[in-house]
Amino acid sequence: MLSELLIDPFQYDFMIRALIAAVFCGVTLSTLGTFTINRNMGFMADAMAHATLPIIAVGVFFGFSISELGAPAAIVVALFLGFIVKNTKIGEDTSIGIIFSTFFALGFILIKLLNVTINLEDLLFGQILAVNRTDIYIITALFLIVIGIIIIFFKQLLFYSFDPIGAEVKGLNTNFLNYLFLITLSLAVVSALQTVGIILVLSMLIIPAASAKLITDTFIDSIKVSIAFGIISSVTGLIVSYHLDLPTGPSMSLVASTVFLLSYISNKSKIKNS
Amino acid sequence: MPTKENIYASQQIIVSDRCCVQYGESLALDDVTFSVTKGKKIAVVGPNGGGKSTLFKALAGLIPLSNGSLKINGLDPLMAKGMISYIPQKDSLNWNFQLSVKQVVEMGLTDKNSLFSFNNKKNLKKINESLNQVGILDKSEENINNLSGGQQQRVLLAKALIQDSDILLLDEAFSAIDVGAQEDIMKIINGSDLKEKTILLATHDINNLEDKFDEVLCLNRHCCAFGDPLEVLTAEVIEEMYGSHNNMFLDHKPGSHGS
Repeated sequence: MLSELLIDPFQYDFMIRALIAAVFCGVTLSTLGTFTINRNMGFMADAMAHATLPIIAVGVFFGFSISELGAPAAIVVALFLGFIVKNTKIGEDTSIGIIFSTFFALGFILIKLLNVTINLEDLLFGQILAVNRTDIYIITALFLIVIGIIIIFFKQLLFYSFDPIGAEVKGLNTNFLNYLFLITLSLAVVSALQTVGIILVLSMLIIPAASAKLITDTFIDSIKVSIAFGIISSVTGLIVSYHLDLPTGPSMSLVASTVFLLSYISNKSKIKNS
Repeated sequence: MPTKENIYASQQIIVSDRCCVQYGESLALDDVTFSVTKGKKIAVVGPNGGGKSTLFKALAGLIPLSNGSLKINGLDPLMAKGMISYIPQKDSLNWNFQLSVKQVVEMGLTDKNSLFSFNNKKNLKKINESLNQVGILDKSEENINNLSGGQQQRVLLAKALIQDSDILLLDEAFSAIDVGAQEDIMKIINGSDLKEKTILLATHDINNLEDKFDEVLCLNRHCCAFGDPLEVLTAEVIEEMYGSHNNMFLDHKPGSHGS
């Protein structure tokens, strides 16, 4: 019975493609989420997702798909956000807020002015069941790039994140590491736009990582558990949405929130018993 | 026969000559001149905003000078990066990360060539030696957030020591730790293991400096005094550092102090 519930959805090609997208996006986002929550960069990530809208609008106008535009849009947005945050003296949150709302508003205006055909609900909340073969190639490539960067630069990124001044004194190129992380985060965010959409990408980025932090003692363990929670949330959300005929992106987000609630209860009972 | 350069290199490990640092229109360091002999332990004292952290950042090559010169072993700070270990103020570190003591100390061995690595077992011996030097080898697996303020400072000291640099800069190492923990850190600094190291420690505690340090550098944006604590910490110098005399800086231009 249980095996039927789990296997039944994947007799269709579109569900297998959705599963691949869900797993890769789950791993990518939950890995970067551990750095994001510890560096208090959730708002930055949210802004990255929203700020891609005008680029997507112009790109679709010229005949590109959302997936095809993802990587270039991510790099442009990351560089722009990084530059503005570093070079304005009005505070990080404030400058991110200005860019976030300006770009999002500009995106809607461009969609209207250019008369672009975009299903806004799909863009905001994701449409993983519409993922095609090209999307899978792009999501896989972005997954490999993001995970590759984290594996290669893990120690340097961790040092820079914990002690930016010490890292600079040690001769690490902190400017490079800053932009490298921003671009990696932005790539992860846009790779998941098709899966969970602009609004809900933040939930898949920060909720598995926050849940993992509650029940682990070390950063390395929190990455491993976050990845497991990311996969569980996205795959369970996919299966639940199939059986109950619910929207997939929100289902994934709610499963992630349920995992967080269970982690919170586990953490509280652990503290109480100790 | 020793040349002038050799003497310079062997004795004066830090030479600051009319060093000035400016943030926009504001002078953070004005005409600061002093030199430090290898192996000396120096207290850097002065009020908040007096330029202690700015001096350390300039020594570490993190900020440029607007005037004057600063030499580490005869080199510009940017060229002398491997010679300096810097322990910044604790609030500039990101304590959100759940890192073990061992992981933090290992960061001292992380450089731009540290690629494709997570936990490097070949570093374990050095990490243990460094932790042993600061007396917390038994805490190596502990989460750094579970340690006391004094123990956290020891971890940061171990992270600096593992770099085996000639110069250690400790910015506000005594902030938010009790007197006992301060004494423990001073014992490590003045211990035989660190005899060869030149150490500059920024502190707000000007009591009994002569018992702990060879020399004191008194800063209030300019160098109020430098030398043996017993000789230079006079009432006038203390007044110059902590008294209200900010007006004297209003007309100053870089490099003009005292001229």
